[in-house]
Amino acid sequence: MSGSDIINLITVFALSVFVGIEVISKVPSVLHTPLMSGTNAIHGVILVGSMIVLGDAHGTTQLVLGIVAVIFATINVVGGFVVTDRMLEMFKQKPEPKKPSSDAGDRP
Amino acid sequence: MKTETVLRIVDLFAAICFILALKGLSNPKGARRGNIIGAFGMAVAIGFNFATPGLHRFAIILIAMAIGTAIGVPIARYVKMTAVPQMVAGFNGVGGGAAALVAMSDFLQSHPQQLAVYQIIEVLFGVIVGSVSFSGSIIAFAKLQELMTGRPITYPGQKVINGTVFAAIIAGGAWVCVAPHTGVIVGVAVLSLVFGAAFVLPIGGADVPVLISLLNSFTGLAVAASGFVLHSVLLVVAGTLVGASGTLLTRMMSQAMGRSLANILFSAFGSVVVATEESGVEGRTVKSASAEDVAILLAYSRKVAIVPGYGLAVAQAQHVVRELADLLEARGVEVFYAIHPVAGRMPGHMNVLLAEANVPYDQLLEMEQANAAFPTTDVALVIGANDVVNPAAKSSPGSPIYGMPILNVDEAKNVIFLKRSMRPGFAGIENELMYQDATTLLFGDAKDSLTQLVAAVKNT
Repeated sequence: MSGSDIINLITVFALSVFVGIEVISKVPSVLHTPLMSGTNAIHGVILVGSMIVLGDAHGTTQLVLGIVAVIFATINVVGGFVVTDRMLEMFKQKPEPKKPSSDAGDRP
Repeated sequence: MKTETVLRIVDLFAAICFILALKGLSNPKGARRGNIIGAFGMAVAIGFNFATPGLHRFAIILIAMAIGTAIGVPIARYVKMTAVPQMVAGFNGVGGGAAALVAMSDFLQSHPQQLAVYQIIEVLFGVIVGSVSFSGSIIAFAKLQELMTGRPITYPGQKVINGTVFAAIIAGGAWVCVAPHTGVIVGVAVLSLVFGAAFVLPIGGADVPVLISLLNSFTGLAVAASGFVLHSVLLVVAGTLVGASGTLLTRMMSQAMGRSLANILFSAFGSVVVATEESGVEGRTVKSASAEDVAILLAYSRKVAIVPGYGLAVAQAQHVVRELADLLEARGVEVFYAIHPVAGRMPGHMNVLLAEANVPYDQLLEMEQANAAFPTTDVALVIGANDVVNPAAKSSPGSPIYGMPILNVDEAKNVIFLKRSMRPGFAGIENELMYQDATTLLFGDAKDSLTQLVAAVKNT
């Protein structure tokens, strides 16, 4: 890697820190759990790295490490998004406090 | 266009999707769409990644991905909502493990002697942080799944031992920088696994969710480190986003519990003695009543507060509780649910469970609103909650939960505790509230007791 490459990555890193903090600056506590689960799914992007390592492996040790990494990362990414969706699904019929939906209206 | 260029544009696209996903997830309206945008960006990134020049072994990769999917999807789909915290811990752990393996594997593949020091540091960071996150998450999982005790585990000299392990990791890391031997870096990885476990052991069960959030941001950073190792902009962006937002989220969670992060992570050291001392209250009497008595009290109240806790979730009693609330409302009783920010085992966990039972959203009062309503409440029905209503948080400076904001149910005219036994709560602390005059206990499984209450209210 050339010197300018690493500087590029460091630039991206530094800016991402600020974006990461800024973008979730206000989260109601109701959403803490789904947000944690959602970010958990996003770091499953390590699957991209795991694929490269496995696809490029020389020798048995690295092959095994790569396979384990791909399996782990896939569990992370797939499981993470599915469980987050399942959590959020439960919020969907929540009526807005101001305009009660018909679903909320016919309750005894 | 060259493949490289296309791949970089795809990386940019996925990174934007992830930012939009986080943005969506942090407000109730866009949450579900946010998650779907994130998943879409991920799918695109992974799909195009197959086009990476020099990538071989498609079959093995696809098989490994199929195995991962076959494990991940059923777990995510069918595990009970009450077990969500440990599920997130588990998914986080494997993510951290993958990050550590990627960094390690890249190190083994290159000629270590030719690596510059900064490249070795990138590898080390990925290996160390990923391993800590992996083993820490496993222990957190075990605590929540009750495979081991949820109490803080402490032993003499714990701080010294943890400190020594940490120092050894740093020393090993320095050694690798000077003389990059495979054996040494494997040793560093093993020590990091030990450290992750040792770090989590003294943290009490009630605090584990905050810890999972912290480990989640650790995994993000480990992924970012692996991104540096592999020169992948996408991994750096996504990992850093999770690392930064996860750290902020961890702080918000600990604030919701009214405690500092440092207090949560390190308070078990030394406070254990005080905690045991305090529980020397055996032999005191409590009042208990039958479901019929409680039903009459409820039916003739004007205002009833339902205070749900983890016990309600465990007993899967959210539907019965809604039935009871509907019955009471039909009789003209005003009913509200008082939701402590950390009721259940994670912030927001209880809202998810009650939403599942179609409890109207406007009946869920957050802590401040609920506390304003308690003085005019006739009956506070505490279902499987304990620590979040424990006055020790206000009155007893030695208590591990001291300083945590609580629901002031003691201000209600009557307090009914639905409890399975006299066992103390998740944090292992005795609850003074149970011995007060205004308090009555209804023993039994939360669901059974509620079913009896429903029947009794119908007959009243």
